[in-house]
This record gives sequence, structure tokens and C-alpha cells, in this order.
Amino acid sequence: MEKLNLQNRESEYIKGHIVHTYIHLVKNKLLFGILLIICIVFVFVYSITSGSLQIPLSNVFSSLVSENEFSYIVNNIRLPRSVAAVIAGAALGVAGCVMQNILKNPLASPFTLGVSHGAAFGAAVAIIVFNAGTSHSIGNESVTIFNVYAVIIAAFVGAACAVIIILFLSFLKNISPDAIVLAGVAMGSIFSAATMFLQYFAADFQVAATVFWTFGDLGKAGWVENVLLAGGFIPVIIYFYSQRWNYNALLWNDDVAISLGVNIQSLRLTGMLLSAFIVSLCTAFLGIIGFIGLIAPHIVRMLIGNDYRFLIPYSALFGALLLLASDCIAKLILEPVIVPVGIVTSLLGAPLFFYLLIARRTP
Amino acid sequence: MTLTINSISAGYDSSIILHDISVELKQGLVTALIGPNGSGKSTLLKVIAGIVKPYAGIIRLGDINVDELKGTQRAQLIAYLPQASNSLPSTTVFESILLGRKPYISFEPDSEDLAVVEDTIKIFNIEQYAFKKINELSGGEIQKVLIARAIAQRTKVLLLDEPINHLDVKNQLEIMNIVKHYTASSGLITMVVLHDINRALQFADEFILLKDGYIIERGSSEVITPHVLHEIYGIEADCITYKKKRKIIII
Repeated sequence: MEKLNLQNRESEYIKGHIVHTYIHLVKNKLLFGILLIICIVFVFVYSITSGSLQIPLSNVFSSLVSENEFSYIVNNIRLPRSVAAVIAGAALGVAGCVMQNILKNPLASPFTLGVSHGAAFGAAVAIIVFNAGTSHSIGNESVTIFNVYAVIIAAFVGAACAVIIILFLSFLKNISPDAIVLAGVAMGSIFSAATMFLQYFAADFQVAATVFWTFGDLGKAGWVENVLLAGGFIPVIIYFYSQRWNYNALLWNDDVAISLGVNIQSLRLTGMLLSAFIVSLCTAFLGIIGFIGLIAPHIVRMLIGNDYRFLIPYSALFGALLLLASDCIAKLILEPVIVPVGIVTSLLGAPLFFYLLIARRTP
Repeated sequence: MTLTINSISAGYDSSIILHDISVELKQGLVTALIGPNGSGKSTLLKVIAGIVKPYAGIIRLGDINVDELKGTQRAQLIAYLPQASNSLPSTTVFESILLGRKPYISFEPDSEDLAVVEDTIKIFNIEQYAFKKINELSGGEIQKVLIARAIAQRTKVLLLDEPINHLDVKNQLEIMNIVKHYTASSGLITMVVLHDINRALQFADEFILLKDGYIIERGSSEVITPHVLHEIYGIEADCITYKKKRKIIII
């Protein structure tokens, strides 16, 4: 009897110990999130102060509440630029996180469905066919797009077309995630060829304008763009977070997910549609910003594991941090010239991506 | 409570795999589903789990028509473990078993969900690797975790598709012992696809023998005869009795 009591007490200890360890791990993951937020705040503040003109921190704060010599730069140039970095980075990060889950492919990114090629084609149509852009010289800038909103709308429509065609195929034939990835590659190729076709018959300044447009550049963002980006991003991330347990189930094979009550077809279609929507929005406003959506979820996964309760918000936070940091580098690397941030993310992302491929872990 | 499968026909696209299957499964019993590859065993489990929609027929659990239930409601009644897969996510054992509570979790797991996970970990005696990644475990350990997840679902019906394939004899016995014990003690309705006929004879209470999507025989261990085995597998077999249990010797 005494032995039995001892066994019961021992098992109670183990039980308590297991729950305690689980709660401890959850707390650590929450701390990681707080750490990410603190890092974002620091880099955000640094990004406002840094650039070709260094603005002291005290002047940044004072320019927010009252008019001073830095007010214009802070309120109209740096602040919207850094806010755009946070929103676009978060959107790309969370979209990549969801795409990797629903397509069961660690190499999936927001651009897997051909969003970037579709957007580039849309922009090329606006610039070349509808004369929305042309070139002239203002200092370092050799190319200006006159009708910005025509290009943005055309780019968004182009990106949406690429996605809708793939989603339609997916819905019609219920094709597998692997086939969706391949369809995305094919769609990208079609739009890429169509863009080159237009460029071949365009004037040189129009070709320059289309190439210039594709550079991901946070400088394109103003307050209106930020409001529109946030308006698209916030409802989408709320939806993604509400589906976190379904994404956890989808980590296993489809049959397991269905047996746990997940409607996998609807989850996949909605996930792809919303990911593509927020990324199309970012791409239409800012141009193509590569690698953030691919590497942010991978790095977070390596650090905190594969639980989508944390992976979804933290991929957004890490994406925001990466894009903010990349933008700081873009501003400082060839000062006073500001390099488009898309070049920096691809340049820094590629070596990191090679590292991930070499030290590859199961997603 | 009984699980009644009534005139089920099912398949994939245009090919019919199951033909007019009718069977009744009782609480507290392990039913072994036996038959050659392609006979429709896995399809039958998938139909019951709601993964494959039947062309015709009805499935009832007690008075409930399970086909009318929403996915989450069905998942609270029926747990399903598919055949072993090579690709496993990089989640911990605890997280994997906690996923079994998904049909009950509306926002975050509550203390009851955590208590169920604890109890299940204890039943399977896997405390020592509760926070290890599942893809770092051995085959036997992985299979225990996967069955533990299905059991953590706390359902009325447990469907296991080849749960002991690729496992060594010790792990086979351990896992089937847990399944048998848990089925009896919790009053579960358990259906297991098994290829090892002797293992089925050792642990199952009822047997369903399938061939080409038709039920050839069903009932207690008495239905497993050399004649029936010849009919469904086309093999010569003999039947002996060892320690009051029937054993099959494949010749």
C-alpha cells in the first residue's frame, strides 16, 4: 500500500513536472515575442534618426509634437518610410509563413504563386501601353513614373490575375500543393515572357521605367499608401491567427487534418488568396521585395519551433524587423544615395538562404 | 453504443472500392480489419473518419448520423490514425499530443486539455521524451506518440490504419496491449487494420475480412480458417491452437 502511494506521488510529480515544463516553454516563447518587439522599436527609432542627414533623437520627438527644422523630413519622409517597412515586412513575413504551411513546401514564399511576375507585367502594361511612366533627369533619379496610381492599380491587377488563375485551377481540379507550386512557376514564366515582349517593342525610357518600378523601394510609400497597406494587412493577420490550430493540424498529412475537423480545401484557398492579396498590395505600392517572406518564417521556426500560435505573429514581427534593418543598411551603405531596399534584402537574403539550405531542417 | 455502417459504397473518382458494406461494431471491442492490399481496408476507415465521402450508405454512432455532423463535431467522436508517413513535422511530443485536443479548443488549451495530455503521456509511459521533437524519435516511439494523439482526442471511436507496421515485435506487443487495454477500459469502439493475422488473433475480439471491396467473412476468431485465408489471399495456411488461442501457420 505504501509502495502504491509512493508510486502515485511519483506520478503526480511527473505530471506536475510535465505541465510546468510546458508552461515554462510557452513563457519563453512569449518572452521571445517581447524581445522582438523591443528590437523593432530600437531599429525603428534608429531608422528615423539615421540617413544622409543625422537627426538627434530629441529632435525627432520634438518634431512629432511641434514644428521644427526636421519636421518635414521626419513626418513626410522617414516616418512613412519606416512605417511602410514595418507593415510590408510583417505582411511578407506572415504571408510566407502561411504559404509554406498550406503548400507544404519550405521553399514557398509569397511570390510562389507568380505575384511578382504578374505585378511586373501589370506595371509594364501601365507604363508602356498606357504611357503612365517616362524618363527625365532630376539629379540622381533618371526615371520618374508620372501616373503612379495607374501603375499601382495595374500592378495589383496583374498580381491578382496570376493568383486568380492558379486558384481557379486549384479549385476546379483540386490540384495538390506541389502542383500549385509548379503552376506558380509556369505562371511566372508566362508573365515574365509577356513583360519581355512588351519591353522589346517599347522605347528605351519606357523599358527603364518598368525596370525601375520593379526595384522594391520603401521611398514610394506615403501616409495614404501606409493606411491602405495597414487596412489590408490587419484583417488578414487576424484571420491567419484565428486559423492557427488549423495550420498546426495541416503540418501533418491532409488525412490527419481532416480527421481533426479541418476543411483543408477551404483553408488552402483562403490562405493563398489572402497571402496573395496582402503581398500584391505591398508589391503594387513598393515594388518587389524578395526573400523577407521566405527567410523570416524559417528563422523564427528555427528559434521557437513549429507552433503556428507563435509562428504567425512572430513571422510578422521578424519580417518587420528584417525589412527595417535592411532599409537602414539601404540608406547608409552608399550614403547619400539610398539603395532600393529590394536589392539589399535579396543581397543579404541570398547568403542567408544558402546557409538555410545547407543547415536545412525539416519544416 | 454501437457504430453502424449501413450499405456503404465508396471509392475515388469513378472507381468504386467498397461495395455495399454493412457492419455493426460494439463498444469495448477491438475489431481487426484484414485483407490483401487494395481490398478497401484503408478506404473503409477513411469513410468512417469523414475523409472519403461515400457514394451511398449511412454511418450511425448510436442515434447520431455522423455524416450530418460538422468536421469538429465528428472529430470529437471519431479519432483516426493514418498509415505511417515518412514526413513528420518538427513538433515536440507534447505539442503533437496536444493537437489531439484541437476539436475542443476554441482559443487556447485550458487546464482540462493539458490534464488530458498529461494523462495520455502517462498511459503511454513517454514522459522521458515529452519535449523531444517527434522526428528525432525511433519508429516505435513515434507510433506511440501518434496513437497517444488519437487517444487524447477522447472520442467514442478509434480507427488505426496499420499501427504496428515496420515495428519490432516488442513494440508491436506494447502498442497493441495499450490499444486493447484502453479500448476495454474506456468503452471505445476500435477498428484496426492489421496485416499480421496472428497479431490480429492475439489482440482483436472481432474480425472483418475484406476482398475487392466486399466483406467475405465477419465474426469472432472462428471465422479465420485456412479455407477463408485461401479465398482472400490465395495462400495455403494451417490453423493450430496454442495456449487456447488460434494461430495461423502460413505454409
